[in-house]
This record gives sequence, structure tokens and C-alpha cells, in this order.
Amino acid sequence: MSAGGRLSIRKTYKLWIGGAFVRSESGRYDHASRGSAEQVNIPRASRKDVRDAVAAARKAFGPWSARTAYNRGQILYRAAEALESRRDQLAAVSDLAQVDAAVDVLVHYAGWTDKFQAVLGGINPVAAPFLSFSLPEPTGVVGVIAPDASELLGLVAEVAPALAAGNTVVAILSEQQPLAGLDLAEVLGVSDIPGGVVNLLSGRRTELATALGAHRDLNAIVDAGGDAELGAELDRLAAETIKRARHHEAAGAYETAIADALERIEAVTELKTAWHPVGA
Amino acid sequence: MTTQHRTAIVWDYAPAPEATDHVRLSDRYGLFIDGAFRDPAKPRFEPTLNPATEQPIAEIAWAGPEDVTAAIDAARAAQPRWAALPDRERAKYLFRIARLIQERARELAVVETLDGGKPLRESRDVDIPLAAAHFFHYAGWADKLRYGVNAREVAPLGVVGQIVPWNFPLLMAAWKLAPALACGNTAVLKPAETTPLTALLLAEICQEAELPDGVVSILPGDGATGAALVRAPGIDKVAFTGSTAVGRDIQAALAGRPTSLTLELGGKSANIVFEDAALDQAVEGIVNGIFFNQGHVCCAGSRLLIQESVLDEVIAKLWARMGRLRVGDPLDKNTDVGAINSAEQLQRIETLVAAGENEGAQRRTITCDLPEHGYWFAPTLFTDVSPAHRIAVEEIFGPVVSVLSFRTQAEAIEKANNSRYGLAAGILTDKGAKAFEVAGALRAGVVWQNTYNHFDPTAAFGGYKESGFGREGGPAGLRPYLKVVR
Amino acid sequence: MSRRLAHVDRVGVEERAAQLGKRSIKTTAKQQGIRLAVSMVDLTTLEGADTPGKVRHLCAKGVCPAPAMPEIPSVAAICVYPSLVSTARAALDGTGVRTASVATGFPAGQVSLEAKLRDTEDAVAAGADEIDMVISREAFLAGDDARVQREIAKIKDACGDAHLKVILETAELGSYDHVRHASMLAMEAGADFIKTSTGKASSGATPGVCLVMLEAIRDYIERAGRTVGFKAAGGVSTSKAALHRLVLVKETLGDEWLTPERIRIGASSLLNDLLLQYAKSETGRYGRSEDFSKE
Repeated sequence: MSAGGRLSIRKTYKLWIGGAFVRSESGRYDHASRGSAEQVNIPRASRKDVRDAVAAARKAFGPWSARTAYNRGQILYRAAEALESRRDQLAAVSDLAQVDAAVDVLVHYAGWTDKFQAVLGGINPVAAPFLSFSLPEPTGVVGVIAPDASELLGLVAEVAPALAAGNTVVAILSEQQPLAGLDLAEVLGVSDIPGGVVNLLSGRRTELATALGAHRDLNAIVDAGGDAELGAELDRLAAETIKRARHHEAAGAYETAIADALERIEAVTELKTAWHPVGA
Repeated sequence: MTTQHRTAIVWDYAPAPEATDHVRLSDRYGLFIDGAFRDPAKPRFEPTLNPATEQPIAEIAWAGPEDVTAAIDAARAAQPRWAALPDRERAKYLFRIARLIQERARELAVVETLDGGKPLRESRDVDIPLAAAHFFHYAGWADKLRYGVNAREVAPLGVVGQIVPWNFPLLMAAWKLAPALACGNTAVLKPAETTPLTALLLAEICQEAELPDGVVSILPGDGATGAALVRAPGIDKVAFTGSTAVGRDIQAALAGRPTSLTLELGGKSANIVFEDAALDQAVEGIVNGIFFNQGHVCCAGSRLLIQESVLDEVIAKLWARMGRLRVGDPLDKNTDVGAINSAEQLQRIETLVAAGENEGAQRRTITCDLPEHGYWFAPTLFTDVSPAHRIAVEEIFGPVVSVLSFRTQAEAIEKANNSRYGLAAGILTDKGAKAFEVAGALRAGVVWQNTYNHFDPTAAFGGYKESGFGREGGPAGLRPYLKVVR
Repeated sequence: MSRRLAHVDRVGVEERAAQLGKRSIKTTAKQQGIRLAVSMVDLTTLEGADTPGKVRHLCAKGVCPAPAMPEIPSVAAICVYPSLVSTARAALDGTGVRTASVATGFPAGQVSLEAKLRDTEDAVAAGADEIDMVISREAFLAGDDARVQREIAKIKDACGDAHLKVILETAELGSYDHVRHASMLAMEAGADFIKTSTGKASSGATPGVCLVMLEAIRDYIERAGRTVGFKAAGGVSTSKAALHRLVLVKETLGDEWLTPERIRIGASSLLNDLLLQYAKSETGRYGRSEDFSKE
């Protein structure tokens, strides 16, 4: 369509995998409308894209989890800044209240990066000459199934705690409302989040979620998709490699996204207990 | 002056069997349901054997599905009142249980050794005192639960189904029951098929402590009983300690259900000896890691990684030390390595050891006189093991250690983490900064430096990856038994 | 040259030593263990008030600790100050019990090397079979390993045929790392035995110290091929403690080490406790101190 005789450029969205914006290896696309009339192409990811995303997340996990907590907090805060600056763009495909809540949720979890360790861990006063302490560590590569309701806030509410804890994420975007997630990819893509730390895939939820849930190199899956049948299937798949599986209701407001922040973080951490001898 | 004696004096330890005359065991035990012992709905009694003699000790009722339902119903009925008790009163019941375990410690130690085959030295010095300590620790939590979850409001989950293994029968029952009860849940616990006795004595202790009926039920049985328990609709939470295979089945069976789950599963834990270790103490760390409880330990240090520069020296020291292990009568107070828990487990160990030999690893087994009857496996060391060998990958759950070598710290970490499991690890080094770095890099739930198999009720225990999820011990051990209300 | 220490993990070594203290030694094992321990005793008197008369009484006690129990062997040696060596030597002649003497400015060792050598030569000349010297902690703690070894080597020369026991005075060394290092220095310099303590320091043959020294001996033999003995002295005053030390030997070095040729226990009050416990195991009756002579 044209305004003043100018033909608009139709956008082709891409998957965000390993820090790069890529077409689906399958070449499959869907059409969608952005805003009222603008036609866009959105990628329909395949199982192989899921595989690539998990591989990218695995590769990124070591360096991301090795960053200082302070640095991870800075990066998450920077992501919030980036989102804030694009709130109008996101509001066009979502709603402003959701975008603002998502920004605030990112800020909230940016503040958790250097605090959850002290809250969830501590010194164990063992009855022996050892310094024993328990510290939470990131679980690893976390899969996220985003909801259709509150497609942006619901996504950020699951991704942010995983990142704050030092995990890397492969998220399956809302099938019905993928545009906010795809826009979020572009926002995060210009933030300081290192490549592969977050990977966002659009497409058919059941196809992608089961491929993700079945991947043996995935450590945990957080399902906010709200589909009980899919949830049960993800549980069964999780059992194959004893993945941690959690089901959350889609966060519809800032308050619900942060009310159980500690549980959300704990769900994607492992508590490690160390024993060091005291005596030389 | 008298003639003096200069003939050589030969000295060995005389047999030092622990007395058993103070043990009060019945010939037959029923199921413990709703505060009383009763026969199963469909009578079935199986003998429990002493694995050191293969002689039956007592007849044990095995629970069927009707009994599981009855126990869960009793637990359900008891739960609101139990949770509504003032916290300090609930605490006092647990304190009572802790004290009663201490008072009956000698008897419990002997029974644990008779039923399971572990050396009395361990049941006396580790299992029973730690079981009492766990009850004591969690008793103190009962009126402080909100502080265990950072001062938020909490509620119990309801009725919990718990399954414990045969390697630390009473201790694992304590690990399960103490936090569950402290949090206001009621529990149905299934002890292992081959080691039900101390759990049944614990049932007696619950009676002695006047614990309200139905708060704890104990249902001996085999895998079928356990399967019925975890799948029962009235269960709000399942806690399982055992093999990864069974854990996987349970997780799958609970798919799509709101039942909360924690799993403490298998391992193939790496024990890493660096060239700068205090080598004699490193050898003790290795021995504690793999020969403690005949290697029947989920976190056993069964993959021994030794830096190449000290490989020969450590193996020589280890082999000499293994030669001093005293294998035999578990009731003898000087026994270091007792009986294998069951014929089935012995078979599994033998199969994997044969696989190790067939794959070309070098086997060394100490020579020692083993009793004619009972299930025995002498401490064994495999060298020339490759990371791909079955004995380097699969859990043997016996007194068998597989030695692999490494050259650099990075290689040690890579090899240690190259496992489907992630329960525990050992680091043997004298260098503090290195110990902290390596401990941080290992993907395992427990990391011991210069020691192994130390446990404490204040210290969380549990695995990464396929070793399970959820923690037992310390405040983290409360969380699986609570929900945060706000 | 800077000192290189082989490290010992304190928590680990004490845990292992304590674990071995839980061995159950009952009935015949207890009786045999006590007899063995008696045979390893260096019965010692090191007091300013020692006189020839007291030393002669002690020698008689050492040769025949319990006349009523002839199965109790003689002790290994009688240990006295150099000035009383000739008295002891005369009293022990033909008994097989050896005469040992502390020398080298015992117990502080804070005298000149010349004085230490003269002390040693006097004791050997007076008939001592064994010399118990103490290392210079002053040199050791200052990091002067060479001087520690030089002194040991010279005194070893001065000993001639007499056996040299080198006392590390472990309580003053400050760490197990130092105990192990000093053990190695002493063995390399020619010690026939290494010994924990003078008995005059705040602590002596603790289980951990004994274990570290026994492990050092085992490693030294492995490397050098020369056998060195071990003497536990200081704080071993009960039968239970003595048997615990024997367990440490048995499970660290092996059964062939359970002989007075290789293991000694420095003692004064220990001997009567061994006799009391032995008598108890024979008769089933708890004893009293009057049952045995003090010396």
C-alpha cells in the first residue's frame, strides 16, 4: 500500500539464533499483519532450527554463566533500556501496558543477578572441620514456552529469571502473537546480550515445543503456554533425561511476574554444596 | 633376674563382634498404618535376609494397593490436625523421635548391619547418629519455617509419598520424614525391599513418641508397592531416592499432574587427584569415596581421575592401602568393608566387572578370606580404563573404582563433567585457589575437597542433570515440602 | 635454597588417625598388644633428682616389669641422662635390655654443636647403646635445613655403633608439613629412629603426628631403601593410647613392623598402666596402683 504514492517495504522477520538473525533452515514462512494492515512475513521454525538454537545456547552458557553477577545485571538493565526506547514500536504489536510491565520486569530481574545467591545459599554449619557452603548455580540451557495471552510480558517473565540466574534460553514464541517476540529479538539484538544467550523461535508451538522438550541437551523447560496436553507431553519428554519441568500461568501483570521471583529463579538453578577442609 | 622374653609377639585384632543380645526383633512385622501394625489386606509376608549369612531375620508384610490406599487415607485424615498443631508442638514430636533414635542407637546400628550388610563401624558412627541429627535439625525448623524460605508465609503440601533405597535405610528415612513432618505434611514411606527393618523400628519409635496416628505410615514392599504409592491419586508430593531408571519412570508417570516431585538418583562421580595433593590423605579420600558402605553410595567416587604425573605413585599407595582393608563379618567392629546388600546387587557388580575385563581394563582385586555364605565382593581397582568403557560410564554401586588419567586441570574438569550424571565430585589438592576454581567448574551437587562422603543435616545434598532434582538437608531441604503462600 | 615442603592435609590425617583409634582391641588381641607394647617401651627417667639408686631400681623394673606375670617381657631399653649411663649399663649387663641416653643438651638443644658432640661422646663412652638427640628447632624454624642435617650427621658420627634416635620435638614445629619435612631431614641425615618428642613439650606423640611420621618413614624407605625406626614419646601414658599407636603402625607400615627393633614407646607411667590392664584382662578384676612398684 502506498501513502503519498510510496510503496511500503514489507518486512521479513527472522529467527534469532546464536546472536544472528536467520531464516528458518526449512525456508518456511507465514504471513501476518503488523498493526492494522501492514503485511509481514514471519519465519516458521523447524525442528532443526530448535536443534541449532539449543546448540547456540549451550555454547553461550559457559561464558554467560562465568560473567560476574554485576555484569549480568548491567546487561539485563541495558536490555530494559533498549526495550524502553522501543516501547512505541512494541506497543504497535502488543499493548503499551504490557511493554512497560516487561521493561519493569527486566529491571527487577537485573537487580536479582547478584542477590539470589545470598538468599538461596549460605554457609552450612557442619559438625566437622570443614567450610561448607551451598550456592545456587544456573541449571544450564533452559527452554521457555511463551504464552499467547500477554505474549510479550509472559515471555519476558520467564526469560528474565533464567537469564538473571546465569542460564541461556531457547524460547518458543507465542504461536498466535509472535510479532512482539520477534520485535523483542531485534531489541535485544542491539542490546549487550551476547549471541546465543537468548534464542527466539517463531512457528508452530506444539511442533517446536516437543522438539525442544525432547532435546537431550536441554536442562530445564519452563512452560507458560497454558496447554495442558502439551504440558503433560513436555513432562513425559523431560523424564527422559530428568529435565527440570515447570508450568507457569502466563504473567499478565508486573505484579504476577515478580511476586514469586525467587521461586522462578530457584526453578532454574541447582544448589551446589562444597566442603573445603579447614586446617593446614 | 628372670630371663627375659625376646620371642616375637604376633599381634592381630581378635574377632570383635558387636553383641546382638540387646536387639529386640520380632519374628514378623506387619505394615505400619494409622499408628498401628497390621497385616496386609491380602496377606503377603516375605523374609528379609542377612546378606552376610543369607539367613532370614524376620518375616515382613508387603503392602498391596489396598494397603497403599489405606495408608494414604490415614495420612490424609491426619494431615489437617498435624498441620494445625502449634509449630512448637510439632517440633517437640520430632525432638522426641531424635532422642529415641539416640537412645536406641546401639540396637538400630546392629539391626542396620544385620539387615543390610554394612559394617557396624559405619552404622554405629555414621548412619544412626546422622539419622538422629537430621530429626534434631528439622525439629528445630518446625517453628521457623518462614525463615527457611526468607520470611514468607508457607503451607505444607499435604500428603507425601516417599521411597527410600537400601544403602542407608534409616538415614534415608530420616532425610525424608524429618523435613516432611516439620513442614506439617503427613507421610507414607516405603522402605527398600531388602532393608525394611530399621524403618519398622522407626515406626515403633513413632509409637513410643506418641506421634499422632496416620502422620507416618511405613509400607514395606517391592517396586510394585512403590509404583502404586507414587501413582496414587491422593499423593501431593513424591520424594524418591534410588536409581535413575526408576526415577525416570516416576517422573514420566507424574507427567501432567500437579504432584510435586523430587528425585535423588544415581551417579558416576569423579574424584580428581591433582599432583599437588597431600597424597596420603588423597588416598584416604579415594578409599572413603569408593569403599565406604561397599560402594553402595549414590555419590560414590567411582571415577577416579589422577593426574598423570602422580598416576603410578597414587595407584601404588592406593593398592597398598586397599590391602589393609578388612573385609568380612559386618558385625565385627574392625570390619571396613562388609557384605554386598543382595544377590541381585552382587550379580550386577559381577556383570559390570566382567565387562570391564572384557573391554581390556586391568583388574586388580585384593586377596582376602571371604566368608563361605553371604554376598561378597572384594575391593577392586581397574586401571587402563578408557572414558568410553562401561565401567567408566555406568554406575556399579559396588566396591569397584575405575582409574582414568588426565594431564591438565582443564582436561580434568572436562572429563569429570562428561557424564549424564552430576551428583557429587571430589577434588584432592593442597592448593586453595585451585580447589575453589575446580569446585566451581564441576557440574555436581556436592563437591568435597580432600575428603569424601561427608554428610551433615545442615548441608544440602542432591544432584545436577540425571542425578535428580531437589535438595535434602539444610533450609533447601524444606523447600520441597512447602508451598509459599506469599 | 628455599625450602620445598611436601604437604599434609591436617583434617584428613587427623580423621584417619582418629578412625584407627576406634579399632576394637579386646581379649587375646588386648593381651598380646599389651605384651608387645611393654617390649617396645623405653623406660625413661629424666629428672634433676635422678640418682644411681633410682636408676638401678628402674633397670630392675625394666628387666622384669611384673614378677608375678612372667609372660610379660622386658622393656626395650632404659633411657637416662648421660651421667647415669654407666650405672644403667652395669645394671642391664647381660639382660638384653639396652641402655639409652638422651644427649645433645636435652631437652632444649640450645647449646653449641661442640657441647652436643661432647655430650654424645661421653654417653657412648659410658656404654650407651642408643642416643636420643633432639634437633635444633632454632635452626629448623629459621629455615636452615642444612644446619639441622649437619648436626644430625655429626652426632651420628659421634655415636659410632650406637643407634641414633632423632627427636623432632613436634609440638614446637607448628604444623604437620613441618613434621613431615623434619622427619625426612632426619632420615636423610642418618637417623636410625625418628622420635616425636622429648616428653618435656606441651604435646608429643599425638595420633596425627605419629601417623605423619610413619607415613614419612614408609615413603623414605620406598625411596632410599634404608629402614628407619619410629619412637612415640610424650603423652602416651595409657594402654589404650599405646595400643592406638600400635594400630597406626600396623595399618601404615604393616605387621612386620611390630617389633622393638623398629618401634619404641617412650614411657614412664605407661608401663604400670600396661601391667594393670594386662592383669585386669587375666583376672577380670580392676587393679590398683599398689599392685605394681613405681620403679
